[in-house]
Amino acid sequence: MDIKTFIIVAVIKILLVVFILLTGVAYTTLLERKLVARIQNRWGPTRVGPFGLLQPLADGVKFILKEDMVPDNVHKSLYILAPMLALAMSLVAIAVIPFGPSITVAGHTTALQITGVAHADGSLSDINIGLLIILGATSIGVYGIALAGWSSNSKYSLLGSLRASAQMISYELALGLSLVGILLLSSSLSLREIVSTQAGTWFLGGHNTYLPHWYIFPQFIAFFIYLMAAFAETNRIPFDLPEAETELVAGYHTEYSSMKFAMFFMAEYMNMITVGCLATLLFFGGWHGPLFGPPVLQAVLPIFWFALKVFFFIFLYIWIRGTLPRFRYDQLMAFGWKFLLPLAIANIIVTSLIVALRA
Amino acid sequence: MVHQILFIILALISVAGAVNLLAQRHPINSALSLVVVMGSLAMIYLLLGAEFVAAIQVIVYAGAIMVLFVFVIMLLNAGAEERTRGSRLALLLGVPGVLVLGCLLGWTMVSNSKQLGGVSISPTNFGQTSNVARLLFRDFLLPFEITSVLILIAIMGAVVLGRRES
Repeated sequence: MDIKTFIIVAVIKILLVVFILLTGVAYTTLLERKLVARIQNRWGPTRVGPFGLLQPLADGVKFILKEDMVPDNVHKSLYILAPMLALAMSLVAIAVIPFGPSITVAGHTTALQITGVAHADGSLSDINIGLLIILGATSIGVYGIALAGWSSNSKYSLLGSLRASAQMISYELALGLSLVGILLLSSSLSLREIVSTQAGTWFLGGHNTYLPHWYIFPQFIAFFIYLMAAFAETNRIPFDLPEAETELVAGYHTEYSSMKFAMFFMAEYMNMITVGCLATLLFFGGWHGPLFGPPVLQAVLPIFWFALKVFFFIFLYIWIRGTLPRFRYDQLMAFGWKFLLPLAIANIIVTSLIVALRA
Repeated sequence: MVHQILFIILALISVAGAVNLLAQRHPINSALSLVVVMGSLAMIYLLLGAEFVAAIQVIVYAGAIMVLFVFVIMLLNAGAEERTRGSRLALLLGVPGVLVLGCLLGWTMVSNSKQLGGVSISPTNFGQTSNVARLLFRDFLLPFEITSVLILIAIMGAVVLGRRES
């Protein structure tokens, strides 16, 4: 493939993914309001469009039309940079996520992934440090939140951002360690490779079982550590202390308005989607699922299974938000350092022993 | 060709970040320019084909260590640094001295480039995850483990020094 087609295909893929992602973000907010309303015996938004389906559009227009206020005595350049950084880093993370095997449009075959390419012989490859790039993007994303709180020159913002960054740094350790078990089993850092090792079913006791070859089964402890650490990383209930409204008004984005606030908002929901995608890829076999029907259906089904699994995780996020109260801060820190981290290390030791004995 | 263009751009960014680090008066701006330097260095590692080293550079240096720097600056609420005029001698001798040194080093390297040899960019060279792992966990296992004990001792020393007042 020459460089011109490469760039054209890449640009088309980027535009498509960003468009679908932003639409997904908008409708996740609606889904959240609707579901939480149902959990609390309310209706949620019903006025704009049928069933309130156009509510995200109205919200978007509202965000754009609001006055963009910059308070006095803020550190102006960093105040403006912070929301951009948060949004940009959540977009970078989505670039390495594979959504499906490959697609052929008008004679061009390409991988369903921004950073993936299809070779002439039909094989697919992607960036071989995909998982590390996601971890790197989240660790740079901390700057967005830390700088937002500091540059706002407000006590609530500063306290919120200190809480957020301390929490994200603490839980990133448990998050990273919970992924090591998967890496030991798949022996690759490429997300596409990890998914392709999860094809087929488990082979237990000399029998081919109907249990899909997903890593959730041998690595269920890692999965729960990942889920809890990821909830804390995205600052969601029950770990949403950085924006605890009863104590801190709104935490790190107290002083932000209009589109700058919307950027933080979008970054948070985008991170939720990324976490859901990553959980699907690492623990639930990515796009693998039953394939049947005519060739057209067979081409679409992998993407459908992927989307369904991601939807399940977003649903879980919202369900937990409607169910659980918030932790206390000391409980949060103790839980991360004294429970999740040792458990993750124990999981690595047991997994590596089993892998070593099998080899 | 593309490699060369990318290298020049990234090298310029990293040098500009380093100069900005010295020129900025507010510590948080200096810390952030150091993040820029580390980020562009990571990209240069990526150009060399050392993906693992590049990713670790971002995660550990730009992500973890510099966040702690920024954290400390935020907590201490350090203001803009005060500047004295500085000695005139340093300005008169220092800047030309740096220029002369740079030219000398550059000239030596370019004129002796044949004897020095070069590093070829190839995927099997270094910095790939498996190569780094092989070096760390097989060839240099003992030094690696001893270093980790050394770091543990440093952490314990920091804890002891931190809570000495009781």
